[in-house]
Amino acid sequence: MRVTQIDGPVATAEFDGITRRVRVDLLDGVRVGDYVLIHAGLAIAIVDDEEAKSTLALLRGVYDAAQ
Amino acid sequence: MRLSDEFRDPALVRDIAHRIQRFAGMQATIMEVCGTHTMAVARFGLKSLLPAGVSLISGPGCPVCVTDQRDIDRYLALGMQPGVTLACFGDMMRVPGSVTSLERLRAQGADVRVVYSPMDAVEIARAESQREVVFFGVGFETTMPAVALAIKVASDERIGNFSVYCAHKTLPAALGVLLSSDEINISGLLLPGHVTTIIGSGAYDFIADKIGVTCAVAGFEPVDILLAVEAILTRLEQATAAIDNAYPRAVRVEPNSRAAELIGEVFVTCDALWRGLGCIPGSGVALAPKYAAHDACERFAAGLADVPPPKPTTCRCGEVLRGLIRPFECPHFGRTCTPTAPVGPCMVSSEGACAAAHRYEGA
Amino acid sequence: MKELIEEVFVAGYAGADFSGDDSALLRADGGELAFTTDSFVVDPIFFPGGDIGRLAIAGTVNDLLTSAARPIAISASFIIEEGLEIDALRAIAASMRRTAEEAQVGIVTGDTKVVPRGSADKVFITTSGVGVVRRAGVSGGSARCGDKVILTGSVGDHGTAVMLAREKLLDTEAVVSDVAPLVDIVTGLIESGCEVHAMRDPTRGGIASSLNEIASQSQVAVEIDEVRVRVNPAVNAACEALGIEPFFVANEGKMLIFVAAGDAEKALGVVRSRRYGEEAEIVGQVRPGPAGRVTVKTAIGTSRMLAMPSGELLPRIC
Repeated sequence: MRVTQIDGPVATAEFDGITRRVRVDLLDGVRVGDYVLIHAGLAIAIVDDEEAKSTLALLRGVYDAAQ
Repeated sequence: MRLSDEFRDPALVRDIAHRIQRFAGMQATIMEVCGTHTMAVARFGLKSLLPAGVSLISGPGCPVCVTDQRDIDRYLALGMQPGVTLACFGDMMRVPGSVTSLERLRAQGADVRVVYSPMDAVEIARAESQREVVFFGVGFETTMPAVALAIKVASDERIGNFSVYCAHKTLPAALGVLLSSDEINISGLLLPGHVTTIIGSGAYDFIADKIGVTCAVAGFEPVDILLAVEAILTRLEQATAAIDNAYPRAVRVEPNSRAAELIGEVFVTCDALWRGLGCIPGSGVALAPKYAAHDACERFAAGLADVPPPKPTTCRCGEVLRGLIRPFECPHFGRTCTPTAPVGPCMVSSEGACAAAHRYEGA
Repeated sequence: MKELIEEVFVAGYAGADFSGDDSALLRADGGELAFTTDSFVVDPIFFPGGDIGRLAIAGTVNDLLTSAARPIAISASFIIEEGLEIDALRAIAASMRRTAEEAQVGIVTGDTKVVPRGSADKVFITTSGVGVVRRAGVSGGSARCGDKVILTGSVGDHGTAVMLAREKLLDTEAVVSDVAPLVDIVTGLIESGCEVHAMRDPTRGGIASSLNEIASQSQVAVEIDEVRVRVNPAVNAACEALGIEPFFVANEGKMLIFVAAGDAEKALGVVRSRRYGEEAEIVGQVRPGPAGRVTVKTAIGTSRMLAMPSGELLPRIC
């Protein structure tokens, strides 16, 4: 889910029109716009977009090379 | 396509499935140790994509399932006391105790409430000061920080009527015990993505270095799981062992330091009793003395002392959790043990191997 | 629940002939009548997209429609908890009237009881409905190998909307109950002459429940193509947060239609041209296989089972 608002230890996160409040105590430096993984009402990790994109690019590169 | 959808892109899945066919004929048993993986593998039919000779089995990855019967009976006993409100995650509701279950207790009038986070339980305690709210602390390292936080908040804000029955367990020690036994030959481990965001992939180094079993940390989409399988099979082919991170967008080598601080402050390490695996030293946590007031075992010591030991049953969950038998190899599966009338927790937990098999692979 | 019904009620009603369909068929003077009954205990009684009143009428109408019957009359009985605000009752009654008008059916008789506070939760409604069968033989037991399965729209909306209204875990305006009477769709299908074999409105237990029931009644195997089943993104997101799967979640304004393969495209066109059927898709087919088995071709091309949902996944959603 994507963080849309941060208010101290509590953030609002949104995904596909669903909004929920989560605690972000575990994530130093979390920012509005970050994608986070949530478990039991607590955000446990920030999803690294760049890392994801580079993994996908690598996979697609291999795929295309294999064609 | 959105990022989350990309990791289930059918074209990518087909590509990886095709690539791993080159390992066909390699005899390998990969064990996953995460209930979310159990469900994802079943829901996406991933076993059908594995090369011949490679099998994927479930291990003790479902925290509800590995909770010992004694802990379940003791928690249920608390619910029978007047003035107690039991607060727990939804999939505990149908787990059969020796004499009853949370679902049956609630039907008989006990105050049992499903919550989605331990903080919800704290809020119930805050709003209803005349009730004793007891949260069932079940879960691995992914859940522990949330529970630690709830305990800390309750302590800081003097919400005295909130306590936790702590049955949390830590995974690495259990994996060590599992791999060191002679019962089963595990070629590689699929490691849980979310637990590892908390403890860091470095926590498993001993498995590759000392025990010599190769592992890969995996996310939960089909592409994630297949990439992790590919990493394991590649290492097996090279006869090396390593801890590969196949979930780099969320997992690092280092643990989450805030989580470590929280857990370190609120909990102390202890031995824990695992269904199926027995007592594993240092694999559990209990509340630190500073937070004893929120420890249900302290608060309700007198009542808990009277709880009789669990009754013996013919439940084979323990063997399922050790990977010794598959769900359908249990004589109860689908006959005497069903999601509505379970013999053990594996059939009713939202992450149970038997529940996954029954729902997605046929009774 | 299934066991409760079979062991206590079916066993107790000597001489009854329970076909497993949502309506009973009665012979009456040269024709057939469909007769159905239902009770509504939804909590909360007002939810995004509807209320217990609309649910009661639409639910009863849809049950009659599954037997290809034109609904002609409904009875409605109320058990009301003392202290329920009169405005709430007025709103429910108005909603029932509007829904009945939409479905062109009359609410012709009923009963009201008030019980002490605590003996009921606000209001429970029990309905019965009667309809005239317009096409004989449409039944859950009549699906045949080769039939295509049409689903009239997205799944999981109602159950999710009610759960969210109750649990307050998530905020959203994007999840709304789909409760609606489907008279227009079924009238269109009957008038088109398409060879419809079975229809079912998937309520509690979702499409998983209905598909398994029909597969079992008809003794056929059904395969569903996951990518063809529409799920609103918000419903998907909410279900994931709640830990439930849309295929197991109740709908109250959708129909599953088993139609002969040759008429499938025509039937799809008819459904799409009717109110509440605009997003219909052919989502699967009846194919050779073990009787009673329902499988899903996943989005990644593999196959898995779609089991009968067990137990009360979501309590009091209808």
